[in-house]
Amino acid sequence: MNSMMKPIHFKPLNGVRIVVWSAFALILVLLPAIFNSSFAMTLLCFTGIAVIACLSYNMLLGQTGMLSFGHAVYTGLGSFVAVHAMNQIVAGWYLPMWLVPLVGGFAGLFFGVLFGYVTTRKSGTPFAMITLGIGELVFAAALMFPWFFGGEAGINSNRTAGKEMWVNFGLSFGPQIQVYYLIAVYVFFCTVAMYAFTLTPLGRIANAVRDNPERAEFVGYDTRLVRFLVLMASSFFAGIAGGLSSLNIEAANAELLHAIRSGSYLLFVFLGGAIFFFGPILGAVLLVFSLFMLSEFTKAWQLYIGILFLIMVIYAPGGFSSLIMLNLRRVKYGEWRKMRWPYTWMFLFGLIALWGFASIVEMAYQIQVAAGSGSKLTVMTIPLDAASTTSWVIAVIVLIAGGVAFEYWRRKFAKVWSDGEERIADAIKKAEAAIV
Amino acid sequence: MSMLNGLSYGLLLFMLSAGLTLIFSMMGVLNFAHASFYMIGAYFAYQLSSWSNYWVGFLIAPILVALLGGLFERYMLRKTHKFGHVAELLLTFGLSFVILELVQLVWGRTSVDYAIPTAMQAPLFKLYDSTFQTYRGFMMLVALLMLVSLYLLLKKTRIGLVIQAALTHPDTTEALGHNVPRVFAYVFAGGCGLAALAGVIGGNAFITEPGMAQSVGAIIFVVVVVGGMGSLGGALIASILIGLMQTFAVGLDWSILGGAKSLGVEITSATPGYSLWSLKLSQIAPILPYLLLVLMLIVRPKGIMGTRDE
Repeated sequence: MNSMMKPIHFKPLNGVRIVVWSAFALILVLLPAIFNSSFAMTLLCFTGIAVIACLSYNMLLGQTGMLSFGHAVYTGLGSFVAVHAMNQIVAGWYLPMWLVPLVGGFAGLFFGVLFGYVTTRKSGTPFAMITLGIGELVFAAALMFPWFFGGEAGINSNRTAGKEMWVNFGLSFGPQIQVYYLIAVYVFFCTVAMYAFTLTPLGRIANAVRDNPERAEFVGYDTRLVRFLVLMASSFFAGIAGGLSSLNIEAANAELLHAIRSGSYLLFVFLGGAIFFFGPILGAVLLVFSLFMLSEFTKAWQLYIGILFLIMVIYAPGGFSSLIMLNLRRVKYGEWRKMRWPYTWMFLFGLIALWGFASIVEMAYQIQVAAGSGSKLTVMTIPLDAASTTSWVIAVIVLIAGGVAFEYWRRKFAKVWSDGEERIADAIKKAEAAIV
Repeated sequence: MSMLNGLSYGLLLFMLSAGLTLIFSMMGVLNFAHASFYMIGAYFAYQLSSWSNYWVGFLIAPILVALLGGLFERYMLRKTHKFGHVAELLLTFGLSFVILELVQLVWGRTSVDYAIPTAMQAPLFKLYDSTFQTYRGFMMLVALLMLVSLYLLLKKTRIGLVIQAALTHPDTTEALGHNVPRVFAYVFAGGCGLAALAGVIGGNAFITEPGMAQSVGAIIFVVVVVGGMGSLGGALIASILIGLMQTFAVGLDWSILGGAKSLGVEITSATPGYSLWSLKLSQIAPILPYLLLVLMLIVRPKGIMGTRDE
């Protein structure tokens, strides 16, 4: 007969996966050896936590098609419960410090059950609106119960408590490196668990509910129950991320529950890409990078990220991960060479146009926000003066010239791209015909 | 007095949610940036009124914002239409982000001095001990006029007929020779214009600052869900309900503790859950709309006037 009839064996532990996951573990182990300054260490810790949070968010957005505006509820409440657990350890509880993130996880799960019961009654747009409402509800409530949320100041704790106990494997969690490795272990196991989740029957049905809820319902699945179960799983991992964050910064405050945080999960998961499993990891790296490095570089970073987001929604709804995968596919089919020059020119002129745009924005900020520090500034090493007309004229001219050249090459690129897409589609068709 | 203040706040909420509901029921797009258009409306009005006078801003700001909304629909939203409603929602989410930053870039991070015209600062009338500002009356008048004209436009004119047809049967309407995408663009622009009008009259009654979009944004979503997705009548009832609820709650010091006391049950700080029982109604006022939302979803998921339940 033909190859279509070959029985399919389910082998979760195949060669490729072993290599990929081992490499992932190795990277997690080796990162502190490469980036060993204390600032880099802090960034690595935040990135690890963000990776778990973003992956848990993508269980909703990417895998089940649930657009949530209230994910910070689960990470934040997980943080608060975890910080209280830490204070109990300080007071003498026999709980190993390294289990605190799990406490956060179960807190997340608890609130996932509680709020998910209400929010998952709806799907699609109404779900998005309701999660936003729940998010506001929890944030407003946080300021109402200062004994639990600590009011404006938040709650502080100490992660080095209970170090004499053998249960901590002799770790004090004082040095940041120990916390990093704890985070790394959690990142590894949570990532494996969340990947495994996508392969379970529930994970598959979640995809069906995302793609076509009516058919899933018709086949006999309760779509609401599926959404509810996925939300529970997602909030559990979100809670772990929250617990790790409490352990890392030894504090929790109401900011953790704010809608801005929920929004940034959405924004960066989307930028990283919700279609592929590894997309949110890219998103998490981007999140920490923008929050800690871009914000040092420019005050207008949220504007740039927002505009980048708009462009991505319109032109690359699969995020950066899908851009990578699409280009890898080009390489595989030998189409990449044709795009070298369009890419180069687009990149070059895009950069020039960006300089013009950034100059305008930065000069406006200099006048509006940072007026106290004079009108001189540099944009990408080029000195400018927000008070002189020449600077403004130059910036506008560069923006227009760069923009026009960019648009010219973008059109050429779009042509080359769609031609290549057709050839690849043909090649795939031929390959399929050869099999049957 | 709280009644009238609540009513004027509720009507303002309705001006906002009316545009949101119209856009949603027509295009299936939840305009996340709706409150941002409300904010730009207020800022434009402030700018125009500082250049000339209040009435210029009152008339021109909504038109400018409607124009911006139309341009956004035509050149951005329409491109994501093929990716589905989630992409459209994400686009408007990104837009709200960018608008907030641009507003801060142009007008700074603190509130601007957008004042009520002096002629309308005087009290309109006095009831018991409190006065009712003329401007509040003006707000209600504008909102009611808008409500009536919206009703007449939708129900009694040919344009309204086309809009209603495009709402339920877009393909048939297109086949009859109407440019449905253009109708969509007009509706989107109109909705944004309404939001801006609310911003023009609400911005000086409350406060014009970069945080104003976020503070009202979540509330109008509650209004739309509670009223029933896509129902204008439901939105009207829900916005007035929430407007009244919030204004009344702020003025009341009731708590479960007080209620229990009048029933003869003494609750002291030793009772379990004391901090919950001692919360005053005025303290929980900010979360009341969201509690209403949760309650509504449990009791009647389709909303007050909703027809379909997904």
